Amino acid sequence: MRGRATLHAWLMLGPAMLLLVAFTHYPVVATLWHSLFSTPRGARPARFVGVENYAALADDPVFWQALSNNLLYALGTVPLSIGLALAMALWVNGRIAGRAALRVAYFTPTVLPMIAVANLWLFFYTPDYGLVDRITGFLFGWGPTNWIGSQETALGAMMAIAVWKEAGFFMIFYLAALQAIPPVLYEAASVEGASRFTVFRRVTLPLLGPTTLFIAVNALINGFRLVDHIIVMTHGGPDNATALLLTYIYEVGFRFWDTAQASALTMVLLLILALVALAQFTLLGRRTHYR
Amino acid sequence: MSITDGPGAAIRLDAVRKQFGDTVALHNIDITAAPGSLIVLLGPSGCGKSTLLRVLAGLEAASSGSVHFAGRDVTALPPAARGVSMVFQSYALFPHLDVAENILFGLRARKVPRAERDARLTRTAAMLGLASLLERRPAQLSGGQQQRVALARAIVAEAPVCLMDEPLSNLDAKLRAEMRAEIRALQQRLGLTMVYVTHDQVEAMSMADQVVLMREGRVEQDATPAELYARPATAFAAGFIGTPPMSLLRLQAAPGGAAIAGAPEHPVAPAEAAGAMLGLRPEDVAPTDGPGLPAIVSGAEFLGAETVLRCAVGTAGETLQARIPGNHALPAGTAVRLRLPPLAHLFSSATGQRLPLPSHAPTFA
Ligand SMILES: Nc1ncnc2c1ncn2[C@@H]1O[C@H](COP(=O)(O)OP(=O)(O)OP(=O)(O)O)[C@@H](O)[C@H]1O
Ligand SMILES: [Mg+2]
Repeated sequence: MRGRATLHAWLMLGPAMLLLVAFTHYPVVATLWHSLFSTPRGARPARFVGVENYAALADDPVFWQALSNNLLYALGTVPLSIGLALAMALWVNGRIAGRAALRVAYFTPTVLPMIAVANLWLFFYTPDYGLVDRITGFLFGWGPTNWIGSQETALGAMMAIAVWKEAGFFMIFYLAALQAIPPVLYEAASVEGASRFTVFRRVTLPLLGPTTLFIAVNALINGFRLVDHIIVMTHGGPDNATALLLTYIYEVGFRFWDTAQASALTMVLLLILALVALAQFTLLGRRTHYR
Repeated sequence: MSITDGPGAAIRLDAVRKQFGDTVALHNIDITAAPGSLIVLLGPSGCGKSTLLRVLAGLEAASSGSVHFAGRDVTALPPAARGVSMVFQSYALFPHLDVAENILFGLRARKVPRAERDARLTRTAAMLGLASLLERRPAQLSGGQQQRVALARAIVAEAPVCLMDEPLSNLDAKLRAEMRAEIRALQQRLGLTMVYVTHDQVEAMSMADQVVLMREGRVEQDATPAELYARPATAFAAGFIGTPPMSLLRLQAAPGGAAIAGAPEHPVAPAEAAGAMLGLRPEDVAPTDGPGLPAIVSGAEFLGAETVLRCAVGTAGETLQARIPGNHALPAGTAVRLRLPPLAHLFSSATGQRLPLPSHAPTFA
């Protein structure tokens, strides 16, 4: 009887487990395994090297630049895209004409594929006659700037694209959360004499708390994941100014074919994402359940 | 009819009208309320009670007409500047704030000094039995406790006018009766002028100083509970008040006076009353062994201390109800004779308005 129940349990678990193992667990373990061996080349097979690949990473200045670029990229895009998303959601949620059209407009960047976005922005950033230069020229009288070609501006230009792409997506979550707040709470607050600012600070913002946390975690993960436009537009250049962990993995693994080194890099990225996920779960676990 | 008039009134509505697109929710409403009184807005669903309350609170702007609080014209003022507090039908407690912060929300917003804030919180919480619940979130409270928090938030504001929209509709019968008494006692102790919305006539009759009975956006009758019961101004008012409400029967000319339609051999009113509607309170009608109006029992409802008999009279489909003490659940089809009270309520069948009684009303039936 018991054996039968166990068999049923395995049968039910089977399909999901098969997929998880094949596409998640096995690759992780295999990557870890590869990162402990040297890259096989021609006649020379892979041999066990221990943490040598990781030691090489620690000595690699490009790795450190990619890591610091990536932290800057994440710290810049996360608060900006969240703040912008909240501002847009509050505005679009208000009583303005053409509300539906505005919502669609803000959501458009989200449905565009990243490659198309990159092409679009390539045009925006074109020196002299691109949209950005036109605007800065008109407003501040600046001359032509090679936004994605110079070291000082390239990373910022990439961050702007990520923010533009993400804010509309996060706005949808904020919009849903705003609409879930019962209007009667605002009426109660207005009878109680609360100013608009007080209402925002003491009612709206706290009630958006869980949504903000959810969005923050997603934004942070995207800060390490959303690099398609960089691959298309700058390949991590100029002079590694826009190199992020993921673009560097791509470069090491598929341009230099140093798969062992790329495996070690991947493990570092995985570790960072795991830490983010861990922070998510402890924060989510502690977050106040008031509904 | 109003109790007080002139500048002494705590609330005065002048020809208030509210329109949503094509639907008129309120037609010229005139109401006056004395300071420290409890006004109940009573009426069937959709008659405009909530709309009127929201116009009073300033959550909805009147399409025309004016609202005065204690002689001050507040028609154009936002809710915060009107000096009102409100208990919402759904309580509208802030889910992320604990009980203490919910109660203090308005005092914080109005920057009341800390010492006074704390004193008022302690006093109000004690008054409503919330002292031990101050650290809980609304989700951790029972329905009745949530309602008391909403009440506390309204009371702690110490606003001269307190508005309540069906605050007890979500509670069970026992809790409702308790809260009814509690609210009334509190209102009298604090001298608040309270406007209380309900569609429960028992609630209205037991709490109110003044009942405003509404129907389709109009005031049907504005009177004390006793007056509303004793002299309903219209057939609608008569049919709304009482458990069960007054029976209304068509009168026809018959030999020897006016009789209930279909029962011409038993005149029940003088001949002038023919064509009008006769109102009979069920509690005044009783079966009798002596002479009386013949009727057939068509249903009986046993309520515990008393029984409500539904009786068919005559051949024209008229029915009346009798509320009699004790258990008298007679089977349907039983023939009974009913003793009717002296003629007290007549209504025009055309307009529904109350009619004066014939001057020399002999006793019938
Ligand atoms: N925002 C609105 N837009 C359009 N019509 C409305 C609006 N609010 C109320 N109404 C209409 O006004 C009328 C009165 O509504 P109101 O909510 O005041 O009724 P009520 O007496 O409170 O009823 P209930 O006892 O069911 O709460 C109804 O016919 C309703 O459909
Ligand atoms: Mg209502």
